[in-house]
Amino acid sequence: MDRKNDIIALQSTALDIGAAIGDVGDHGSGAIAVFLGTTRGEVNAQGRELVALDYEAYAEMAETQMRQMAEDARRRWPISRIVMLHRTGLVDVGQPSVLIAVSTPHRAEAFGACRFLIDDLKKQATIWKKEVWSDRSSTWAEGRGRQP
Amino acid sequence: MKIRLRMFAVLRDRSGISQTEIELADGATVATAMEEVGRRFLGIVELLPRTAAAVNLCYAKPATILRDGDELALIPPVSGG
Repeated sequence: MDRKNDIIALQSTALDIGAAIGDVGDHGSGAIAVFLGTTRGEVNAQGRELVALDYEAYAEMAETQMRQMAEDARRRWPISRIVMLHRTGLVDVGQPSVLIAVSTPHRAEAFGACRFLIDDLKKQATIWKKEVWSDRSSTWAEGRGRQP
Repeated sequence: MKIRLRMFAVLRDRSGISQTEIELADGATVATAMEEVGRRFLGIVELLPRTAAAVNLCYAKPATILRDGDELALIPPVSGG
């Protein structure tokens, strides 16, 4: 129940999944749920393949939001520890851009909290992705998050 | 009064501005600030109806009143994850 052990950050380096699982590990927990969002390969209308997503963030706000999301999740589930990490910069096809890991006493709570955190992050967090295609052209992905 | 304006993603690309200061009348709201931004940066006018605003790191409504030194960020629809 100790939020000071939470790890919430944007980072420009590759996400270390093993380290994140170690960081949420806790002797009082019986479950760890991990969600990874990865760059999905696509082909655009011009027949170019997606090679990477280039993430930009309003970092100060996004990290503030992610800490608030963790607080909100703690009010709803008996969470031991939370890791929320999001990449900035280029993330190649197949590589993870976001990692959420949550430890709780039982699995239903871990799944619930993990899903809540990724859904809220996608809706609210001030992060944007640009699609980088095989001819090196790029396009901002259509945002489906919060509207005015 | 002066506020700091920040723009991100497609708004930054199209305006060519990442951050700047703008001068507004005392009592200006988020909505009046966005109208001023639209007059200054014509390339983003068509995007403003779908643009949210944040003041000092929190989402803000159009009627929110700005104060000297505030940071106003224009937030295109987010696409993280």
